[in-house]
Amino acid sequence: MAHARITSIDATDAAQAPGVVGVFTLADVGLPAVPGIILLNQDVKRAPLADDVVRFVGEPIVAIVTEERYQGEDAAELVFVDYEPLPVVVDPEQALKDEVVLHEVAGTNVVMRLGEPPDEHLFDGCDVVVTERIVNQRIGIAPLEVRSAAAAWDGERLTVWQATQMPQASRDAFQAMLGLEPGQVHLIAPDVGGGFGAKTGVSGEELVMAWLARHLDRPMRWLENRTENMLAMGHGRAQIQRVTIGGTRDGQLQAYRLEIIADSGAYAGFGGMLAFMTRMMAPGVYAIPKVESTSVSVVTNTTPTVAYRGAGRPEAAAAIERAIDLYAAEIGVDPVEVRRKNLVANDAFPYTNAAGTTYDSGDYQRALDLVVEAADYQALRAEQQRRRASNDVHQLGIGVAVYVEVTGGPYAGNEVAKIEITPDGGAKVYTGTSPHGQGHVTAWSMLASEELGIPMDRIEVIHGDTDLVPVGGGTAGSRSLQLGGAAVHQASLELVELARKRAAEELEANPDDIVLDKIDGRFHVAGTPAVGKTWAELAIVEPMTVESTFQAASSTFPFGAHIAVVDVDTETGKVTVERLIAVDDAGRILNPLIVEGQRHGGLAQGIAQALCEEIVYDEDGNLLTSNLADFTFISAAELPSFELVPMETPTTANPLGAKGIGESGTIGATPAVQNAVVDALSHLGIRHIDMPTTPQRVWGAIQGAVR
Amino acid sequence: MNVSVNVNGQQREDDVEPRLLLVHYLRDVLGLTGTNVGCDTSSCGACSVHLDGEAVKSCTVLAVMADGRSVTTIEGLAPSADEMHPMQRAFQENHGLQCGFCTPGMVMAATSLLREIPDPTEQQVREGLEGNLCRCTGYHNIVQAVLAAAKSGGAQ
Repeated sequence: MAHARITSIDATDAAQAPGVVGVFTLADVGLPAVPGIILLNQDVKRAPLADDVVRFVGEPIVAIVTEERYQGEDAAELVFVDYEPLPVVVDPEQALKDEVVLHEVAGTNVVMRLGEPPDEHLFDGCDVVVTERIVNQRIGIAPLEVRSAAAAWDGERLTVWQATQMPQASRDAFQAMLGLEPGQVHLIAPDVGGGFGAKTGVSGEELVMAWLARHLDRPMRWLENRTENMLAMGHGRAQIQRVTIGGTRDGQLQAYRLEIIADSGAYAGFGGMLAFMTRMMAPGVYAIPKVESTSVSVVTNTTPTVAYRGAGRPEAAAAIERAIDLYAAEIGVDPVEVRRKNLVANDAFPYTNAAGTTYDSGDYQRALDLVVEAADYQALRAEQQRRRASNDVHQLGIGVAVYVEVTGGPYAGNEVAKIEITPDGGAKVYTGTSPHGQGHVTAWSMLASEELGIPMDRIEVIHGDTDLVPVGGGTAGSRSLQLGGAAVHQASLELVELARKRAAEELEANPDDIVLDKIDGRFHVAGTPAVGKTWAELAIVEPMTVESTFQAASSTFPFGAHIAVVDVDTETGKVTVERLIAVDDAGRILNPLIVEGQRHGGLAQGIAQALCEEIVYDEDGNLLTSNLADFTFISAAELPSFELVPMETPTTANPLGAKGIGESGTIGATPAVQNAVVDALSHLGIRHIDMPTTPQRVWGAIQGAVR
Repeated sequence: MNVSVNVNGQQREDDVEPRLLLVHYLRDVLGLTGTNVGCDTSSCGACSVHLDGEAVKSCTVLAVMADGRSVTTIEGLAPSADEMHPMQRAFQENHGLQCGFCTPGMVMAATSLLREIPDPTEQQVREGLEGNLCRCTGYHNIVQAVLAAAKSGGAQ
């Protein structure tokens, strides 16, 4: 039941099943609404367990506590819920009509509108205007570890272990929703098996678990299975876009309009908010004089949408990059040439785009040049011509995308680091970021070691425990190195200053004359290295700790250019990605191996959206892709090895010169692959194929074109 | 039902529910939590272990089916506590893991693959690991790790 009024819940049999400790409904727990990380609309609140109406398949209705998991699955089968079915609306365009309204209090399905009324003269003076409806489909996020949490009370103090990207925010959310005082919640994020934007905030399931642990006075744990994860954790993307682009016949862009319908899912959380980020980045890397974007976020009887790697920026890049190719095809100019002609000039930075967003630094021309050269673009075009001329079953497609995105949050962010010298002369680095595969232990050790002259293996990085690290923003939005790493760097410098003063006292010298020999981590007077003090010797005098908050000057704007080469089997519609060549410039690189790993992962997810992954509902709101057999999670067999081209354009927003690299891959690769598929078939008159470009969809497009 | 299973070289005797999955026997009864569960349809391979030397998805095997047989988990792969298996070392050296959740299953599947095909091509590695999913690495460095392990005796 995707939309129904609950008329009764009979848990009598379940309560008597083996191993059952108790069965609880919303009325039993009496907990407040769960806002997630953002509540977009006060009238569209979500209760931690279903209230009298269920609004999507996957909304928890009762909580069953059992001694063992298998008993819980058995007992759940014995809960009988009577429903009075309500009409279901799955399609966001239908939801906009408000024929079925999900939240009576709100009176409408619209939860957020952004943008000005359209300018009817926007495209005046354009020789050519092209428009297209583009579906940026709903995607399963699918970290390999599903959500899990545990809770235990010790008197008035609650400890929660949660698989989360943001431990401090979760601590605060538990505290607020359980009506507790500061200091009463201790949150620990142990090793977390991937997040990708979805492991943020506190869910109803987790809140109820923590409440039950107190109510029943025993430790409690909750672990969803994959089907529950696909139904309930949240999905990404889910926009329907209309792009309209206009310019001269020789390829000068003049105006661009992006209209977004964002599917928020059944409640108004972060997913509905993502259109804000999409609008910020609407014109991408192009200097288009007139740009207009509007968005409307609506609720539907589907799983709520949340952040997913890129979170609003891939949707912007996909729209503008598809629009550029549509325009290039219309005027018959090579897509690389059209891009070159319209890129923001290298000397224009800091550059404020027509949506009002200021890009810190960039060199888009060079990124495009590098990728064109690495791909051997002209040779690819020649091969494409050869295959077209010979009417080859296997047609070659070449897709180009140039992108810019925003990292470290939409506004200038900050982060905390604390460094403590241990009595043996090692260091403990406490960070407010919370890694789950991003390599912060390695990278933060490098940063501290570089300034302190303490070997990396004697530096311990501590994160994810709110008693040890009370303040922090966690890891999301490609923020960690540029904010958390910069904080470690800043604290290291401050600690060296502190140590120089102390060494000066110990050595009876002027602090200005004290230098740190980073080879052996020892302070001495410049020119007289024989007499000195090590970190351990200084820390014995008095404990040495520095805590520092780094404030960035601005957000940062990584950019790059991708070329995808695909083979399309015109008899079956099967697309094979043969090559993916990527220039990703995220400013100065600290650890090349980690950066490459981040790029690889993003590229795979970006290709997956273009190629195969999609969340599908039937018209009754049943999720048809509710497990990893039906959801076509991309595997090694569908991917090539990636060709990475290095490029570094530093930012001045932080002293490391670093921008975020976590999400770039998903932003460039998706439109590059989609453009490549369309490009392979453009000689048939095909101008657009929606994602994912599955064999069925591609074959259908070919059949439609041939007829 | 009683089961007698050799797990990582140790003989284990337990009374288990007939429906207990092997992965839950390993994790919840024996406390060997290195083997992970990532799905419920045998799609992701996070639970891969060796059953009589061959990789199986332990979420698709009942504990009772392992009776009288031998199971190797990630905890039993390395030759000793301070020496990694060549495949583990290759994953470390090639940055073949990020969050690490898929890694135990990936390593077990990869060692089994190399026993079958000791000197695979890149395409054979990609197809051989099709049943092991990873969301972090894009597989690039996993494939590199397996190819490197093949060259350094990872099949042993």
